[in-house]
Amino acid sequence: MAEERRQKQCSVVLPTESMKAMAESVGVGQLQEDSCVALSEEVSYRIKEIAQDALKFMHHGKRRKLTTSDVDNALKLKNVEPLYGFQSQEFIPFRFASGGGRELHFYEEKEVDLSDIINTPLPRVPLDVSLKAHWLSIEGMQPAIPENPPPATKEQQKSESTEPLKVVKPGQEEEGTIQNKTQGTTATDGKGKEKGMIRLKPRSTHELSVEQQLYYKEITEACVGSCEAKRAVCLFYGDSEGVRVNVVQNNLALLIYLMRMVKALMDNPTLYLEKYLHELIPAVVTCIVSKQLCLRPDVDNHWALRDFAARLMAQSCKTFSTTTNNIQSRITKTFTKSWLDDKTQWTTRYGCIAGLAELGPDVIKTLILPRLSVEGARIKAVMEGPVVSNIDKIGADHVQSLLLKHCASVIAKIRPQPDNVEQYRSDYGYLGPMLCSHVMKARTQAALQAQQVNRTTLTITQPRPTLSVSQSGLSGSSGPRTPSIIKVPSSLTLMSPRPGTPSQPSPPATKYIVMATSAGAASTQQVITLSSSQTASPVTSTVPSASSTLQPLVKLESGSGTGLTGSRPLQKYIVVSLPSSASSSLENKSSVLPTSISSTQLEAGMKLDRSESPGASTQSPH
Amino acid sequence: FKHSPIRSAHVAWSVFSFFGVFILKMAAVQGGLVDASEEKDIKTEPSSDGCGNNDTNDARPLSTSPGSNAPGGNAKTSSGSTEEQQTLLAVLQFLKKNNLTESVEILRREAGLPEDSLDLKVGVDASALLSRVLIVSHLTASGEDQPDVNVVLSAYSQQGDPALYETYYSGLKRFIETVLDCHRAELSQVFYPLFVHMYLELVYNNHENEAKSFFEKFSGDQECYYEEDLRVLSSLTKKEHMRGNETLLDFRTSKFVLRISRDSYQLLKRHLQERQNNQIWNIIQEHLYIDIFDGMPRSKSQIDAMSGSLAGEAKRDANKSKVYYGLLKEPEIELPLDDEDEEAENEEGKPKKKKPKKDSMGSKSKKQDPNAPSQTRIPLPELKDSDKLDKIMYMKEATKRIRLGPETLPSICFYSFLNAYQGLTAVDLTDDSSLIAGGFADSTVRVWCVTPKKLRKVKSAADLNLIDKESDDVLERIMDEKTASESKILYGHSGPVYGISFSPDRNYLLSSSEDGTVRLWSLQTFTCLVGYKGHNYPVWDTQFSPHGYYFVSGGHDRVARLWATDHYQPLRMFAGHLADITCTRFHPNSNYVATGSSDRTIRLWDVLTGNCVRIFTGLLCRIHASFFIQPFIYGFAPKCSMDNTVRLWDSMKAFDDLETDDFTAATGHIHLQDNSQELLLGTYMSKSTPVIHLHFTRRNLLLAAGAYNP
Repeated sequence: MAEERRQKQCSVVLPTESMKAMAESVGVGQLQEDSCVALSEEVSYRIKEIAQDALKFMHHGKRRKLTTSDVDNALKLKNVEPLYGFQSQEFIPFRFASGGGRELHFYEEKEVDLSDIINTPLPRVPLDVSLKAHWLSIEGMQPAIPENPPPATKEQQKSESTEPLKVVKPGQEEEGTIQNKTQGTTATDGKGKEKGMIRLKPRSTHELSVEQQLYYKEITEACVGSCEAKRAVCLFYGDSEGVRVNVVQNNLALLIYLMRMVKALMDNPTLYLEKYLHELIPAVVTCIVSKQLCLRPDVDNHWALRDFAARLMAQSCKTFSTTTNNIQSRITKTFTKSWLDDKTQWTTRYGCIAGLAELGPDVIKTLILPRLSVEGARIKAVMEGPVVSNIDKIGADHVQSLLLKHCASVIAKIRPQPDNVEQYRSDYGYLGPMLCSHVMKARTQAALQAQQVNRTTLTITQPRPTLSVSQSGLSGSSGPRTPSIIKVPSSLTLMSPRPGTPSQPSPPATKYIVMATSAGAASTQQVITLSSSQTASPVTSTVPSASSTLQPLVKLESGSGTGLTGSRPLQKYIVVSLPSSASSSLENKSSVLPTSISSTQLEAGMKLDRSESPGASTQSPH
Repeated sequence: FKHSPIRSAHVAWSVFSFFGVFILKMAAVQGGLVDASEEKDIKTEPSSDGCGNNDTNDARPLSTSPGSNAPGGNAKTSSGSTEEQQTLLAVLQFLKKNNLTESVEILRREAGLPEDSLDLKVGVDASALLSRVLIVSHLTASGEDQPDVNVVLSAYSQQGDPALYETYYSGLKRFIETVLDCHRAELSQVFYPLFVHMYLELVYNNHENEAKSFFEKFSGDQECYYEEDLRVLSSLTKKEHMRGNETLLDFRTSKFVLRISRDSYQLLKRHLQERQNNQIWNIIQEHLYIDIFDGMPRSKSQIDAMSGSLAGEAKRDANKSKVYYGLLKEPEIELPLDDEDEEAENEEGKPKKKKPKKDSMGSKSKKQDPNAPSQTRIPLPELKDSDKLDKIMYMKEATKRIRLGPETLPSICFYSFLNAYQGLTAVDLTDDSSLIAGGFADSTVRVWCVTPKKLRKVKSAADLNLIDKESDDVLERIMDEKTASESKILYGHSGPVYGISFSPDRNYLLSSSEDGTVRLWSLQTFTCLVGYKGHNYPVWDTQFSPHGYYFVSGGHDRVARLWATDHYQPLRMFAGHLADITCTRFHPNSNYVATGSSDRTIRLWDVLTGNCVRIFTGLLCRIHASFFIQPFIYGFAPKCSMDNTVRLWDSMKAFDDLETDDFTAATGHIHLQDNSQELLLGTYMSKSTPVIHLHFTRRNLLLAAGAYNP
């Protein structure tokens, strides 16, 4: 690569057109082509010379970026008057113009109205240079304080854990060329004795600073709320331990928190969990497929937990699965095995399907679709057959909606257009007709979405369809659904926390506040309500803190409700008001507004449609 | 052990004596490449010199000998004639030109030249010949004087068929590639100088296109450490450009020095004669200095350890002179030391523990190092009372020093300059780590006090008159409490401040700047005392002598200057580097000065005589800073660099490895490589703060400094 660069170096010369333009600018009209060539060569050479000198100044200035002052200093070395007026620190204010087949970079000299300058308030005075001391290392250990960088980046940890033999240090790659040439020397010096030896980096234990411990305590307390400290500690020492304890105790709420913790750990940019997967995966899998996760399986919404855990599982498969550890195939095998088992309970069945479905459309296609008819028959047996138990019925119902949710989109993609109910019935059995309607819906949605993408502005009407879509979900068949855990929105996509739908708490509801922080620092606060009794009383009191903070920014539409569903259209108003760059303003807003809008609103709607909590929306009084 | 300040990026080690003082060179490559090397001077160990006792003198006759053989088989006399013959012819021509016919006759008779010898030279430009002689005389007489550019360039006027250059070169390349392995590495050294000179010849003779294609074809073959030079070269495509190009002048004025074993040399000679490859032979004779030695051809790694500088390796006689590398003994301190020390110990109430250590310290300084220069070799300033007190403090602190080893790594305290906006260019700390100074791109110098004691100015003259001069605390009284602050700004320079150095007594501060001056500041009044003018170009570095009074500076003008604070003109000028001097360092005994340069050499200069006593080559990258440390105390070579890391190297281990090596094959370097896990003890990342200064406190705490770039 060096050679290539060198070869280019030799022949880089300014175009003669530039010379002509320059000549014209100083009043020389007709410049001979030969003179242009001669001039451009000379000028190119001088420029290169100056650039090389300027580099010297850059190096001595301990910088990596060449600045205009370096060029000035280089000119001074050659006894040339420096160029005045290019003192800008950040960028060189050239502007580009083209016209009449000619291209030009020029320095725009704006006319400045002095009165404007006088009248504008003075900018803030730049802070004076100051000195601050901190410990970079204490007896060889780097303390984890804010002044020091985070211990290691994820990529580094990954390379260290996956390829421990060639630990790459930053900066080493660049040195490759010289290193290779000089390597022989060390070998002879050390008689080549180090050569064969591979030194493994000793595993360093990171001490937890007092601040970190405090921080950890705060975090766990905030997460687990009223729980006793013991459980928090347990959580810390190993999630699997915590999960085991809680599964036995059927403490659904805590399990949710534990899963949230896993999620947070995974999202942590400075943690690479590969080494701890053996601790995490059993815990997560337990939460997916366990027979019983809560005390009242008929009432509590453990389904959401399963969904969430399944998504976690899929995420970790995506992130950590390699040819060596084979996580994905092992997980897939586990799920399939228990799914195929006839004696498997509905809860586990649900978990298996959810776990498989989250692994992606390919898995759905190869593993779930062929079994749709069998599963359909089983569901039919429960739904239409003699009432065995309420629990089974609920389970079958959930499995059915889950299958429909996941399969519809996949089928929509792989099946040719005309959706014939009879065809579906013959292909997929009992579930066929429902699938057919879902597929058609999915197709229209996709079409709508495509349409939407082309539009620059988003309109207020969008969220409503979202709601109606979810209303028309399966809930109709199963009646008012148990008030349930709201699907944790931020788990749908990693990047943007979605505003969730408000749920209705029922009188003895337990409230948990779940914080989801995304990369953009926008956080969504949601109130998740767990209720033990079915009540249909609409409640609007569980307003996320987000909407109150929204008020100064956005005018609240009256009567639109204080829930998040209400605030969503409002945010869209902002977008409409800035039609020039809808998407970018969306981005900006999302960092300002506490409840960030997802950049693809419609997708959110679709996701909502698929979520388990449409019942909540059905009953909301909008 | 003592670390004098390092300034920047990368470290290379060179040991220039067996038991003596190690120079730590810091070298930097663009883009933060790291390369470090250690160099051992083999001259102090004559028996270990694998090259035998070859005198340099035998190099020159040898190099010319093929020439004297050549005329027999060569039709082209111009290329076949020896240097002496050429000289004679040139003199003849000169005489003839000036109509000194009788002298012509006499000379011709005495030299035994044929009558028509002058006519044979028709093809050759007479002035070129003359000038070539002139250069030779220039070089031999004044060493490094830069001759007139025109004269230098005209040496290239000799013509060859431009189209054949590529054939010549590739022919030689093919030959060297097919030669026996043991010779190949040695002969490959010829490539680079040949390439450059052939290219320049093409350019000089206006064969622009040929030159370009020649460059494109063969530049990729050159060793990577020449890349920077090649970049300069590549921009040079016209004869007009050659005038005033410094890199080019370097090439012309100094012969490229190569060391080749006799066998390899004979091989090359035979090949060139067989092929009648006069073009290349001429270049080798005129522009290369081939130092031939008897013995085994050197290996690639050995060559890499020595080559790489702009002008090849150091000539062998350049490193012959004796260097007094020992430390000066410090006699007067001892008596007051004991008294003071006991007092101090009593105060602290732990007398027993420290006493034995103290004795060992004392006995150490009592015996005179046989390798040390005499105390009065160069006049050093007498110690003042305050200096003695400081020495005592130093001794005391030294007893509390933590012994460092691979198990006990030093703690590192990092001083971040906040809000410096990329403007921090130089940092220095006082030896007792009480003050820190920063040079900035906005021409200011700022001094901070890092102890609770604040910086105070001396009162004005009028106020000073009012003070009772007899009182005990007069030193306290002269200070103006009102001016107490944590930092002071020194204004005076008119360009970025690139070098900064505290005097050992902490009363003065030196700063060197782009404006070509070195300024001496008083840290009592916080004003500028002297502006030393002499460098007309940016001064990249300056440093106080460890004994004060003297200081050295070096910059873009390639000359290092030795100054005394009370003289406005330099005491010594050290000329010889072929490119910018990027760093200047004093030897701890103040008798020597080391300068690092972007010509990829480090030179050691004798302060007394002003001569260059050592040239260290083999640095494969630009040298940015160097410093001296003493051996046999657990050594750490901390490295600071633009990649925001502080790295600790186990330098003692590096030295040990070297010593167990057999010296006959010793290459003289240890490369501190990033991947050498054995030596690298620790890497500490800072948070987007390039580290530009490191300093070991007296208690072996490592201080690092840099500007935070958010």
